[in-house]
Amino acid sequence: MGFTRRDLLKSGAAVTAGLAGSRLIGMGSAQAQNTLSFKPEEGAELRVLRWRRFVEGDERLWMENTKKFTEMTGVPVRVDSESWEDVRPKAAVAANVGSGPDIIVGWFDDPHQYPDKLVPVTDLAEYLGGKYGGWYDAAQRYGMRGGEWIGLPLGASGACMVYRQSWVQEAGYETFPTDYQEVLDCAKKLKANGHPMGLALGNAVGDGNGWTHTILWGFGGKMVDEDNNVVLNSQETVNALEYVKELYENFIPGTLSWLDPNNNKAFLAGDVGATINGISVYYAAGHSDDPAMKEIAKDINHVNMPIGPVGHPTELHLFTQAMVFGYTKYPNAAKEYLRFMWEKEQYEPWQQAAQGYISHPLDAYASNPVWTDDPKNTPYRDCVKNMLWNGYSGDLGYASAAAMADYIVVNMFAEAASGDRTPKEAAERAAKRAERYYRV
Amino acid sequence: MALQTATQGTGAQGDSVGLAARLGQNRTFLGVLFMLPAAMVLILLLAYPLGLGVWLGLTDTRIGRAGIFIGLENYEFLFDDSVFWLSVFNTFLYTVVASIVKFGLGLWLALLLNNHLPFKAFLRAIVLLPWIVPTVLSAIAFWWIYDSQFSIISWTLIQLGVIDHYINFLGDPDMARASVIAANVWRGIPFVAITLLAGLQTIPQSLYEAAVIDGASPWQRFRFITFPMLTPIIAVVMTFSVLFTFTDFQLIYVLTRGGPLNATHLMATLSFQRAIPGGQLGEGAAIAVAMIPFLLAAIMFSYFGLQRRRWQQGGGD
Repeated sequence: MGFTRRDLLKSGAAVTAGLAGSRLIGMGSAQAQNTLSFKPEEGAELRVLRWRRFVEGDERLWMENTKKFTEMTGVPVRVDSESWEDVRPKAAVAANVGSGPDIIVGWFDDPHQYPDKLVPVTDLAEYLGGKYGGWYDAAQRYGMRGGEWIGLPLGASGACMVYRQSWVQEAGYETFPTDYQEVLDCAKKLKANGHPMGLALGNAVGDGNGWTHTILWGFGGKMVDEDNNVVLNSQETVNALEYVKELYENFIPGTLSWLDPNNNKAFLAGDVGATINGISVYYAAGHSDDPAMKEIAKDINHVNMPIGPVGHPTELHLFTQAMVFGYTKYPNAAKEYLRFMWEKEQYEPWQQAAQGYISHPLDAYASNPVWTDDPKNTPYRDCVKNMLWNGYSGDLGYASAAAMADYIVVNMFAEAASGDRTPKEAAERAAKRAERYYRV
Repeated sequence: MALQTATQGTGAQGDSVGLAARLGQNRTFLGVLFMLPAAMVLILLLAYPLGLGVWLGLTDTRIGRAGIFIGLENYEFLFDDSVFWLSVFNTFLYTVVASIVKFGLGLWLALLLNNHLPFKAFLRAIVLLPWIVPTVLSAIAFWWIYDSQFSIISWTLIQLGVIDHYINFLGDPDMARASVIAANVWRGIPFVAITLLAGLQTIPQSLYEAAVIDGASPWQRFRFITFPMLTPIIAVVMTFSVLFTFTDFQLIYVLTRGGPLNATHLMATLSFQRAIPGGQLGEGAAIAVAMIPFLLAAIMFSYFGLQRRRWQQGGGD
């Protein structure tokens, strides 16, 4: 997956030219490529709302970096955190009522739901892109709308196949396969050996949506085409459903009820041999005081999500990005804070402390040692690079958010897998549900 | 009174003092004045949000964008939505089954507690526990109890050799419905039981004594004394119970998020899912508003039905 025209803006002159073209506050202080900074307003103070940490190190470093920012600029920053699913409604309310935190680190297509309530961060994003090797395609999709950057991608809580090395080897594979048919074969053997796979098919926002979209797209199925016409009811979709139906027969029982935490619990209890999850399972096992957990951690390995017949990765991850709200009194301070936090000196140690829980959106951070110090972390390095976006291959916006929130794709797979509907019927029904959101 | 004094104190002219004094004596004026704070609370906290909800349901408001009036389009839209109708069905099933079971078990428990038992006060306090525990906490406990891998029920039954695999409590649509109803019943029984117990204690003992003298059997005493005397309170309890059950949210949200296959989605949870994570505030509001007629019907039924004199006296219509 290559970079974009933003990559061309590598020289300082080009960045300045790009900046001149955008109507932005703080533009005057933008200098050369390597030293953009925004002068915080007099008496500025910031409130930041972000999602609550999944791994301890994330929050620790985030707060340390924030403290450094305050020491450098004198701008006090209050950081609140909320359970990750509660950030979306809070951000939406803030956008609606026009007051709240100056910066919210939100999810998915949030900025595209209220683009006109946000301060564009084009100058900042172009500067960071120019300095750090360019933004990955998906990051641009999420961050940009109509030629402006409305969100500043932080990265994605990437998901990979998390598996028990010894059990997969027992099933005859050196590492967990990435080819769909081999995955199915491996799942069958794992099940036969009493270590079945388990992937969430309940209304699990992260885990359910992630892997089902990946498989759907891997077969070439998708909800909408480039013009936002619903094309879900297709042979490709039916193929994906038939595949998952067979895969599901080899799952541990009960995955139709699984919400986001279930696979972590089942995996750490040794009940499942493989699942798709963030690095948090490995982190939890490795950082546990329990020797049994440490043993499990040694046996855990990761591999990127399988690649389907389309021949390229089609992953979907929990994408997170920062938004500066239009009602803020201190847009320059907010942008300066984001710039500071996204710079290598802060971003890389933070990524390390979180043990790679968040995969970067900027290519230069691929060289962060966190990805290679422990080879088990490496697959998570490429999550954002390998991902598509919500509502692929249409636009991000109301419809993509609503369709995802309504679990249309997850329900479709669950219906077909459980035999509640045939794959054909499930695809038809899901297409009908999708059309409700994509009408007009 | 304080207001009156203040007005008098500041009044400079005789006329205004007279007016204030006259108003101070005017029962209608004072009545309105004293009701005002309560009315403001009702208007601000109940009527306004309700009105806003109804209005939102008639617009295409989305998160972050004010909507325009679109009439009944949201409702037409929902009419064609199979998930919405599934949630209506689920809500009814959930409410009817849970309410009947809660009533039956609650009444039974009340009758038991109404007997002379040792540690009566203590037992009654214990019975209230499920009701006092915050719903989210008990829901999380049930989430573990119903877990597909760690369920204590499945584990116990396997240890006892009754079953050989874990029960799929929340993974099968019918089982999931039954499981969430059971959790709701567990939580709702104390309310019904304790309130009915209060009602039972207001029934004069003399009625039972007279019935015993007449040779009435225990069943006859229940059928012709207890039950009729209890109907007014049953009406109130069941109205509340139906309302709580119909609008339940937390239990479902924690246990299943409406899954599997939307089999446990209630109107309340679907309304939230569409409005907040989905961003379709108008549509979510329309679903919430669609609950109102059903709730009104439930209230009407209890007030005009269960409280009828004839019923209370054990007769038919």
